[in-house]
Amino acid sequence: MFEQFLFAVEVALNGFMAGVMYSLVALGFVLIFKASGIFNYAQGVMALFAALTLVGLMDGQVPFAHLINAVLGTEAHHFGWHLPAVLAILFTMAIMVAFAWAVNELILKHLVNQEPIILFMATIGLAYFLEGFGDLMWGADIKKLDVGLPQGINGWIDETTFNAFGYGFFIDNLDIVATVIAAVLVTVLVLFSQYTKQGRALRAVADDHQAALSVGISLNSIWVLVWSIAGFVALVAGVMWGAKSGVQFSLSLIALKALPVLMLGGFTSIPGAIVGGLIIGVGEKLFEFLAGPALGGATENWFAFVLALVFLVFRPQGLFGEKIIERV
Amino acid sequence: MIYREAGDFKTNYREDGRTFPIRFDRWAYFATLAVAFLVVPFVINDYWANAVLLPFLIYAIATLGLNILTGYCGQVSLGTGGFMAVGAYACYKLMTGFPDVNIVFHVILAGGITAAVGVLFGLPSLRIKGFYLAVATLAAQFFLVWLFNRVGWFYNYSASGQINAPTRTVFGVEVTGPTTSAWATYLFCLVFVVICAWLARNMTRGSLGRKWMAIRDMDIAAEIIGVNPLGAKLTAFAVSSFFVGISGALFFAVYLGAVEVGEVFGIQKSFLVLFMIIIGGLGSILGSFAGAAFLVLLPVFLKNVLTGTLGWPTDLAAHIEFMIVGALICAFLIFEPHGLAQLWRLTKEKLRTWPFPY
Repeated sequence: MFEQFLFAVEVALNGFMAGVMYSLVALGFVLIFKASGIFNYAQGVMALFAALTLVGLMDGQVPFAHLINAVLGTEAHHFGWHLPAVLAILFTMAIMVAFAWAVNELILKHLVNQEPIILFMATIGLAYFLEGFGDLMWGADIKKLDVGLPQGINGWIDETTFNAFGYGFFIDNLDIVATVIAAVLVTVLVLFSQYTKQGRALRAVADDHQAALSVGISLNSIWVLVWSIAGFVALVAGVMWGAKSGVQFSLSLIALKALPVLMLGGFTSIPGAIVGGLIIGVGEKLFEFLAGPALGGATENWFAFVLALVFLVFRPQGLFGEKIIERV
Repeated sequence: MIYREAGDFKTNYREDGRTFPIRFDRWAYFATLAVAFLVVPFVINDYWANAVLLPFLIYAIATLGLNILTGYCGQVSLGTGGFMAVGAYACYKLMTGFPDVNIVFHVILAGGITAAVGVLFGLPSLRIKGFYLAVATLAAQFFLVWLFNRVGWFYNYSASGQINAPTRTVFGVEVTGPTTSAWATYLFCLVFVVICAWLARNMTRGSLGRKWMAIRDMDIAAEIIGVNPLGAKLTAFAVSSFFVGISGALFFAVYLGAVEVGEVFGIQKSFLVLFMIIIGGLGSILGSFAGAAFLVLLPVFLKNVLTGTLGWPTDLAAHIEFMIVGALICAFLIFEPHGLAQLWRLTKEKLRTWPFPY
């Protein structure tokens, strides 16, 4: 019985770490939603695109190599250099800012004042475009991302728990790093939005578009800023997930996992995204552990959604959200 | 000049309220039907049936269904793939459970079962709306696909986890199974499409359709003038799921013959059908057909041009297809939110006065 309990605790801890990853993606959603009322379905694909770009830059891949080869009949694939990780991350960040600007200029500007559902569908279109674009630019094969983060079992925790309970817990080093980075990221974001001029403008826009406009805040620049920050969060999430399971198409599907996290935590709350992610992460792992064998396994696919669905019926604004949802 | 309504007088309400009030439209409609029923079956071959016509017809039914829910009633659903899977598996269980009953009844019953499931997952729509509802329907998508993947009863405990359509006949002609001929499957689907389109058109212009549109345009106002939101929304879910279920059953039994649920009825299918109604036109029957045709033909066209003519590798063509579809969605939402159907309407207006516009 005690053995079982220890297993459950280990599962819950691992779920906690997975939940941090979900929170990272959900954070990007919340930022954009708060500032512009847009539910950005493309957030997951942005993470994929950022990770692809990072790997491509580090390995010195030729962008659009496939297309160029097909059109010109050449054999280009690598420039033959290797960028250091820090430099590549900076370049990727620059590309994400350019992307944010382009999205704002080409799509969002023309859809101001449309219904939220139209904007949502536009971001689904954007997600499709970016998916094709990323694959076209860097190739669709699974890539290994190595920016020098520690990986593998954490020996210290294993030993300590083994000495204490007679059973060593398996905790991945990468998950611990991810947790620390997520904590730092959230702190930085909170400090940014509380204590800087841009942060204050951002909160003003989130509060009331028209009032913000009337005191001279430029909506356009705020939106570019917000999408850039979301791009940065996507990059961090992409690096974490990419280091964990390789950079590949399935990375973009974590966006779908972030949706129930948001429903649980509320669409407008940064702490909500964190807590929601943790609940979903721990909940789905524990549910799989306890009820999975009886139900045939792989319950992670739907547990989060069904939990969110149940939640939605009883508390539509989520745990921490403002009461903005219209009840019918 | 080609398109005129001068002299086309109506003397009673019945004539005024017809689906095609202009004579030219009416003749075009009958001509299309005649070609579809009397000419195409004789010239069809396997390539055209499998690459273009069957997917077009089957997606057209699914698009009609989703258009009723999203275009007419305003409830966005991302669970279409899951509901198509319900139709497919219901059809499979009925086909294997009652082999003596005609397949036509199986397909219709599969639609009915899907309607029941649709109503069940439509219940949250009574409390939430907008993209909250869209996300809630994602729960249906993932749960249903998982269910059909994991519970052996649904695929009769077959070792591969696949379902295979056994051979069934209508009037002595094989319509499902490995040895069907192209014209038989085509005609079988076409009959369902025509009936579904006729049903959809007449439902959407009747009192039921007006209730749906009232809910879509403003639910509170609709409630005040006496529309029951519960009834309107749940009927929209039921009718929509009925159509989607039929299309799922046909997709499995007639078109593919063998189905692995995660691959065929995944989230991608839900998005595909949603894109069809956005590009075709929300709240338009003609738009449903136009959207389905467009997104079925686009990959075929790109494949022929890029890999056939230019000789590019297929994966490159696939990436470019993704980009084009995504860009088209954004472009349509920005420039023409009512889709191809609205473009056709504008063209008609232009044609009325051509070549002497005033």
